[in-house]
Amino acid sequence: MSRCSKMVDVGRRQFLRGGALAAAGAATATVLPVQPAKAAGMAMVDYPANRLGNVADLKPNEPLDVAYPDDDAPGVLLKLGKAVEGGVGPEGDIVGFSTMCPHQGFPLSYNAERRTMNCPGHYSVFDCEAGGQQTWGHATQNLPQYTLRVDDKGDIYAEGVDELLYGRLSNVL
Amino acid sequence: MAYKRHVDRLPIIPADAKKHNVTCHYCIVGCGYNAYTWPVNKQGGTEPDKNAFGVDLSQQQSAQTGAWYSPSMYNVVKQDGKDVHLVIRPDPNCVVNSGLGSVRGARMAENRRSDQTGTQQQRLKEPMVWRYGTWQPTSWDDALDLVARVTARVIDKDNENDLFVAMFDHGGSAGGYENTWGTGKLYFGSMKVKNCRIHNRPAYNSEVHSTRDMGVGELNYAYEDYELTDTIFLVGANPLETQSNLFLNHMVPGIRNGAKVVIVDPRRTVTVNACETEAGKENVLQLAIKSGTDLALFNTLFTHIADQGWVDKDFIANSTFQGDVAQAEDGAHPAALGGFEMAREACRMSLAEGAEICGIPEADIVKAAEWIAKPKDDGARRKCVTAYEKGIIWGNDNYRTVGALVNIGLATGNIGREGGGVCRLGGHQEGYMRPSDGHVGRPAPYIDQLIISGQGKVHHIWANDHYKTTLNASEFKRVYNKRTNMVKEAMDARAGATREELVDAIVEAINAGGLFSVNVDIIHSQIGQAAHVILPAVESGEMNLTSMNGERRMRLVEKYMDGPGSAKPDCLIAAGLAQALERVLREGGRAEYADQFKGYDWASEEDAFMDGYHANTGEIVTYDRLRAMGNNGVQEPVVDFKDGKLVGTKRLYADGQFDRHGRDDKKALFCAGAWRGLQAPGKTQQRDSYAFLINNGRSNINWQNWFLDQDNDFVSDRYPFPFIEINPEDMAELDLKEGDLVEVYNDVGATQAMVYPTETARRKETFMLFGAPSGTQGNVINAGVNELVLPNYKQTWANIRKISDAPASVKHLSFKPKEYTPA
Repeated sequence: MSRCSKMVDVGRRQFLRGGALAAAGAATATVLPVQPAKAAGMAMVDYPANRLGNVADLKPNEPLDVAYPDDDAPGVLLKLGKAVEGGVGPEGDIVGFSTMCPHQGFPLSYNAERRTMNCPGHYSVFDCEAGGQQTWGHATQNLPQYTLRVDDKGDIYAEGVDELLYGRLSNVL
Repeated sequence: MAYKRHVDRLPIIPADAKKHNVTCHYCIVGCGYNAYTWPVNKQGGTEPDKNAFGVDLSQQQSAQTGAWYSPSMYNVVKQDGKDVHLVIRPDPNCVVNSGLGSVRGARMAENRRSDQTGTQQQRLKEPMVWRYGTWQPTSWDDALDLVARVTARVIDKDNENDLFVAMFDHGGSAGGYENTWGTGKLYFGSMKVKNCRIHNRPAYNSEVHSTRDMGVGELNYAYEDYELTDTIFLVGANPLETQSNLFLNHMVPGIRNGAKVVIVDPRRTVTVNACETEAGKENVLQLAIKSGTDLALFNTLFTHIADQGWVDKDFIANSTFQGDVAQAEDGAHPAALGGFEMAREACRMSLAEGAEICGIPEADIVKAAEWIAKPKDDGARRKCVTAYEKGIIWGNDNYRTVGALVNIGLATGNIGREGGGVCRLGGHQEGYMRPSDGHVGRPAPYIDQLIISGQGKVHHIWANDHYKTTLNASEFKRVYNKRTNMVKEAMDARAGATREELVDAIVEAINAGGLFSVNVDIIHSQIGQAAHVILPAVESGEMNLTSMNGERRMRLVEKYMDGPGSAKPDCLIAAGLAQALERVLREGGRAEYADQFKGYDWASEEDAFMDGYHANTGEIVTYDRLRAMGNNGVQEPVVDFKDGKLVGTKRLYADGQFDRHGRDDKKALFCAGAWRGLQAPGKTQQRDSYAFLINNGRSNINWQNWFLDQDNDFVSDRYPFPFIEINPEDMAELDLKEGDLVEVYNDVGATQAMVYPTETARRKETFMLFGAPSGTQGNVINAGVNELVLPNYKQTWANIRKISDAPASVKHLSFKPKEYTPA
């Protein structure tokens, strides 16, 4: 069972803080983010380049828990098994998303059959194969997706986020 | 790739920002929001004392925080002529939504016109007149003078029948008590215009005549009744999508409290799925009846409930008419109204008959009856709240069907009591204050068909877009374009003429069958393309505006920004038109008629409110008093002002006295409406001639006819075309793939849609999104209406053929199931 589903088991009506959510993800322990840059006076915030994992860590269609750009911002890496826009890696099929619902911040869970992220709070659905597009839901933005890079060793780095993360007015706090 | 804003930081609201009360101007639920504004050269800080929320914003905020706003809740706008930051964020302290924002309301800020961020550049800024072969911007004086002079030529004191008027009657948006009063005073006070219609239907009528005739106003409960009830009975409604926060903040808590849910809908909606998620499938019963058979279902339920004795005898004896027929069936009443036993006999339908007509098992009807009405084991009365909307309002046999549903509520004593109510859910908010419309008559004139048949000479349109939202729209557009083009050609032929000569030329063209079209709107709408004069209006928040929601909760939206250019509140546009008419009529020596147009010396929308709502409702409610009530407002009717607060009414008919019909005895009436098949002309034949049911309605993301959403990147990226949900096996037969563009066509017209594969769609039963600019569903709705000119959208059949493979704009879209899954 993926970490995301475990989040639901924790109890849908429990309003967890982001930090607690990230701590619950076992995989995050393997990832050591560099000190995130503080927001500077420029149009886009300065994102840290954080190693989130290695291509070898990913199994097809099994979410790997990560956090980006800091421990309080839970997310996942997914190897979808088919090339998608924004996908990286040898097959162009690796993507990463925030797992905080952009509507009200509930932890999303992954439906491996549909390859969607689902919100237990208010039933929103986001399509991991379509750039996190909200298939149906209440959020006024699509699911924030990571800008990823894979180096020669297969290490996967996140270097940006394309929408504002829930619960913060700057993606880099 | 899905649309992304690439906004990763927002200005922080400073502690001293201005905070305004805002009720969402979209749907009937009326969620509370706050608009914060502050100078463009300032911003707050992350430290608690430097921001409006008083919290440390350098930390990640928790789920459901009130201290966050999304990029769609932010914009830069003008306020008193100066650029300011604007954040419109859901109000955690409003009892309606408790901090929840919908996919519509949470885009209010982004859907404001901004010349700084470039949003909603489609909003109209200045009046425009058809001149030199196109629309030219001009002054209010010039535009109103032309409207008044042409209008004055076709109306007279005793005959205003050549002036056709289409005017909104809703709250929120650009409606509200101020603006319905302004327009109402002009057309029903100064004039007695008979040929008029409402924003979403082709006549000036009620959508729920029968419940009113039975004495039961259609918004009689409080939203908390969903939390206090034993059973939620939803009919032809999809509240998770179309009244989202009513569902999330009131129905879901009720379900979690143990309420069972009965849903009548031929289509499995996301509401059904969400109810099953919350209650468990065993506590949700969907009655997926054959399209249009609701009346047979309700009459069967009524019969079974009465036969079982699950009725509230005391309530029937004390609060309903004792006797046979109180109101006979006639041209204005499509069913007789009267006593319980009389109606019971007229409506009688056996379980076997009902099951056969509706196409569902008898056992399901029995189960529904038990959940709705069977007393509990200890003998206590079962509480049931009933909510209905367009599924039956725009469905087969409106009068009898709504009446039959109210019968069940009355028989079981479930109106006026905690956990009860039989209510429509509603579309817009309400905000109706007008002089009597009695002169319009009943049935009211079928305006769209009269226009098609060549009647009417001048057409004043207030925020209606028939091109996107009327029925028989293919023919309407064809005729309307032709008639208005006659006038455009006449105007073009007299370029450079004096005003007098121009008016003569216009009048000559309209006497030859042309139509002079005046369009008051916030954008240049589709029907506005046919207009000769265009007058720009403002919306809620660009003016102070009062409305009430679906539990009659009245709030004042405080003006938080300037309107675009010289755009004005509709009430002040109406006042300006009245004054122009007075002047023109007086100049023309028609002094007595001119005198009728006095009384519009309003300097502001507040003056219009005082002249209308305040003066006609006991002079209790004022802007100041309403402002002090904040986003929780007061539930109408407002009965007193005490201890510094307005005193309202939580639910109607708590005293068992029913008065909506105006009867002195204050007894509710039952409706004696027997099942009579598909009632509207042409429906049965269409059903028998075409392969697919084209059921139709809303999605949660597209508000109304998409008038703002068509210029919103987030929304237009998701649905560049209206979707049509089709069963995959039907798709295979038609050789269709997801995203393909198809034509939907039948005996009355054709339209286009984008294929959305839907496993849960029944074979040969599609669902098409309504009101889209890129595929008007109304093109294939025939002209058939009920006796009181209520349109019948839902019962439509057509064939489907492929137009093309998926257009480029839809190739990146998600076509996955819309239903939430727990894992």
